[in-house]
Amino acid sequence: MSAVWVVVLVVGAATVSLKATGPVLLGNRRLPGSVSGAVALLAPVLLAALVVTQTVGGDNELVLDARLAGVGAGAVAIAVRAPLAVVVVLAAATTALARVLA
Amino acid sequence: MSAPGLDSRGGLRSAATIAATVWFFGASFGLVARAAGMGSWAPLVMSATTFAGSAQFAVTSILGASASTAAAIAAAVLLNARYAPISISVASLFHGPRLRRLVESQLIVDESWALASRGDGHFDRRILLGAGLLLYAAWVSGTAVGVLAGDALGDPKDLGLDGAFPALFLALLVPQLRSSRAAVASLAGGGIALALIPVTPAGVPIVAAAAACLIGLGRPR
Repeated sequence: MSAVWVVVLVVGAATVSLKATGPVLLGNRRLPGSVSGAVALLAPVLLAALVVTQTVGGDNELVLDARLAGVGAGAVAIAVRAPLAVVVVLAAATTALARVLA
Repeated sequence: MSAPGLDSRGGLRSAATIAATVWFFGASFGLVARAAGMGSWAPLVMSATTFAGSAQFAVTSILGASASTAAAIAAAVLLNARYAPISISVASLFHGPRLRRLVESQLIVDESWALASRGDGHFDRRILLGAGLLLYAAWVSGTAVGVLAGDALGDPKDLGLDGAFPALFLALLVPQLRSSRAAVASLAGGGIALALIPVTPAGVPIVAAAAACLIGLGRPR
């Protein structure tokens, strides 16, 4: 089997397992109260980490580029309570524009 | 966006916009994967099984540059390690036989998970699975078009898509910051990620940031 297929199949199997972790191991079961407070915070914590890594994440370095302008424009749209679709399109357009200007 | 979160219809409407973005992203993956020497079928199989953009792009760049199988696998698995905590956060939505839970859980992807989040640790099952199915179709069909006709579509960076996804996650984060505990935890998580980006392989900052949720330990919601 070629190296490409080994990577595709191993990564595929690993990702299927990772996504199934919670639903297969914990589904149908109630978490103890002491843990539920922590699990409830997973969403805001992971969303914040995704925002940070996708805005300034680079190859082992912080990168400040057009993405920052896009997210900034998105933040303004969020502040004025624009619909989600407007936030996404505005952020993409601003990123593309900043990239052309830079 | 209305607090405390999106209703099912609003969630699915937003999902349609995001699906269009994901479609272009999938097309660019197909194009890049083919250029990296992955052929036509391997990128399609990868989109259908892995269904996670950042890990798939990492694989193409590593295989294209060095052809190191181990490095490509390690990078992708690290990038997708976040799906362990993400899937734990929505575990209570999955019922029924184990095989059914396994299949349904494959519709968990950053965007469907974020759209389904209602704050306070609650998630909407219909949005998670509905948006997940829509995004899955967009990702796989986008990949197919990218593999076959990618040259006509151009570079996703020209469309600014890489700035659209973090803005989306920010929009879905803001309504969740009503409690001071959630605000403190997300600041801590963002700070951990920021500090680790320069010193760890990609993927590690997000998983390490998940530790910030321990602030809520022992305090039932």
